[in-house]
Amino acid sequence: MQAISAIRSRTVVMPSTNIDTDQIIPGRFLTTTTREGLGKQLFADWRYDAAGAPNPDFVLNKPGSAGCRILVAGRNIGCGSSREHAPWALLDYGFQAVVSSGIADIFRNNSLKNGLLPVVVDEATHAWLLANPGVEVEIDLATATLRRPGAEPVPFPIDPFARHCLMHGVDELGFLLSQDAAIKTYEARRPA
Amino acid sequence: MGTPRTLFEKVWSAHEVVPETPETPAVLFIDLHLTHEVTTPQAFTVLRERGLKVRRPDLTIATMDHATPTRTEQVFGGAPISIESAAQQIRQLERNCADFGIELLGLQDSRRGIVHIIGPELGLTRPGSTIVCGDSHTSTHGAFGALAFGIGTTEVSHVLATQCLLQKKPRTCAIEVAGRLGAGVTPKDLILAIIGKVGVAGGTGQVFEYRGEAIRAMSMEQRMTVCNMSIEGGARAGMIAPDDTTYAYLADRPRSPKGAAWESALARWRELPSDAGARYDRTVEIDASALEPMVTWGTNPGMVAPITGSVPDQRGDPVIDAALKYMGLQAGAAIQDTPVNVVFVGSCTNGRLSDLRAAAAVLRGRKVARGVHMLVVPGSQEVKRAAEAEGLDEVFRSAGAEWRESGCSMCLGMNGDTVPKGEYAVSTSNRNFEGRQGIGARTLLASPETAAASAVRGRVADPREFLNG
Ligand code: SF4
Repeated sequence: MQAISAIRSRTVVMPSTNIDTDQIIPGRFLTTTTREGLGKQLFADWRYDAAGAPNPDFVLNKPGSAGCRILVAGRNIGCGSSREHAPWALLDYGFQAVVSSGIADIFRNNSLKNGLLPVVVDEATHAWLLANPGVEVEIDLATATLRRPGAEPVPFPIDPFARHCLMHGVDELGFLLSQDAAIKTYEARRPA
Repeated sequence: MGTPRTLFEKVWSAHEVVPETPETPAVLFIDLHLTHEVTTPQAFTVLRERGLKVRRPDLTIATMDHATPTRTEQVFGGAPISIESAAQQIRQLERNCADFGIELLGLQDSRRGIVHIIGPELGLTRPGSTIVCGDSHTSTHGAFGALAFGIGTTEVSHVLATQCLLQKKPRTCAIEVAGRLGAGVTPKDLILAIIGKVGVAGGTGQVFEYRGEAIRAMSMEQRMTVCNMSIEGGARAGMIAPDDTTYAYLADRPRSPKGAAWESALARWRELPSDAGARYDRTVEIDASALEPMVTWGTNPGMVAPITGSVPDQRGDPVIDAALKYMGLQAGAAIQDTPVNVVFVGSCTNGRLSDLRAAAAVLRGRKVARGVHMLVVPGSQEVKRAAEAEGLDEVFRSAGAEWRESGCSMCLGMNGDTVPKGEYAVSTSNRNFEGRQGIGARTLLASPETAAASAVRGRVADPREFLNG
């Protein structure tokens, strides 16, 4: 995984609350056995019409959205299924961070493990971001703050260990494997 | 005496390999890792790339359920599986299990079924254990007093390689259910009402513990229905303290401990229930006796109303407006005026024997309304055999419903069992998200009783009108 320190980009805004992982990538695409190339299926049922043509009303199909790497979404994005295909699809499409006032647990975990930053901001900041699509925003991992034009940086919570892993490109599996002695000790005293 | 502890705290602390610190999450040991074809291929790729083995194949079991066909000729008759990528995924799981030494209950295995149905059925799901699966409805197993939760594929690779996960301790929420459910009102209605009350994000960061008279009165199958949908309330896990109902269910299951091992396990399990005076971070109260059958009208499981009620009239709320537009429903319309095109009875929420019995009791001597397609999919091959032994398959068939091999099927439509665009499906599954059951499908979540009653009437129906008659 690549080390991340800061992300600077214009935002794409999807204000709907409770955007579930079935919308982020519908179930019929989950028969894949790799994690690559899922960007084209991101938000498939909103992004394309029945014939597969881009739906011009959908935000990602609007010219201003091209190249944006920060997705600002309504509260509780990522609820529902545990499919890690959701962050894989967002990353493959080009997003590097998801900002909301609430992010569902499993999606948040899955995002952190793949270098997609889940950023939970306060309600007022969230409301402002929803109301100002396309603004340039900077997410700084070292200070765990989000900067937007004309306002003080706002802090966002991030687990210190996850931040360490993200900033140093460390993967958690390596850390877990290094716990082998403790795992052996536990296994020895564990009831059968 | 130490501080009184909750069920969750007891299970959590017994599995800490390394406790949480301010800098690092806890290393938590996993007693049972359930795996299936859809969320594992990329995890096995990680093991191969890094030259790792599966640390505890003895604590890992695999089955196939999500992408599997439900048509007998495709499962047993050698007919090609309709979706080629699904067939490939099934073959890949077979290869991965062979290469890494994992026991697989494969496509034609008589013990195969939805992963959350076969764990308990086999006696693999045990009180006080930690259970994970790359599937959010792993919460189902919490009905036995296990700490069971869904994980992503990267975490699947962590568990395969180390039998451990890095976890931060969640908060606890007691859901106190007073009173008893009325006739025709089911555990499915209770959990839908709870989700309606706490909201679909209400349980974020929490583990629910369902408590109270109504919960104690439930069978294990009913408790599983409740715990199953904890995730729909935003909680990763839901738990119920084990009791004699739990032990009676587990005794003599194929993989349950036997003899002295059973006795010592039982002694440990009896210590699990939350101590008197144990503190929860939060408490939610609900009166079971006041509930009616519940049906969803929107595009998430929290958008739910009593069956005698109506679609809410909150015009101007963009979330509700968008949901009603997708559903093609009018604000203020009676729930029971909703037409029905498809009825699905099955899934890890309501695909167990008691669910099929409940649906069959409504259908016996009746017919599925003209124009309604009803699909009944048992949750496992064991459920299928038991249902057939009682003649339930005949009840379904003579009512005009289809009877299939087990699997997830129309719950998520990955195997080609889908609801056509724009059609209304009353479904006993757990998610009514847009497109969940097929592109443009409109899902109404309900109990097996309500689903069967709605199949007969051809529009959403109150199952209480079909009782004793
Ligand atoms: S039945 Fe539905 S919810 Fe349950 S495991 Fe299968 S797809 Fe998931």
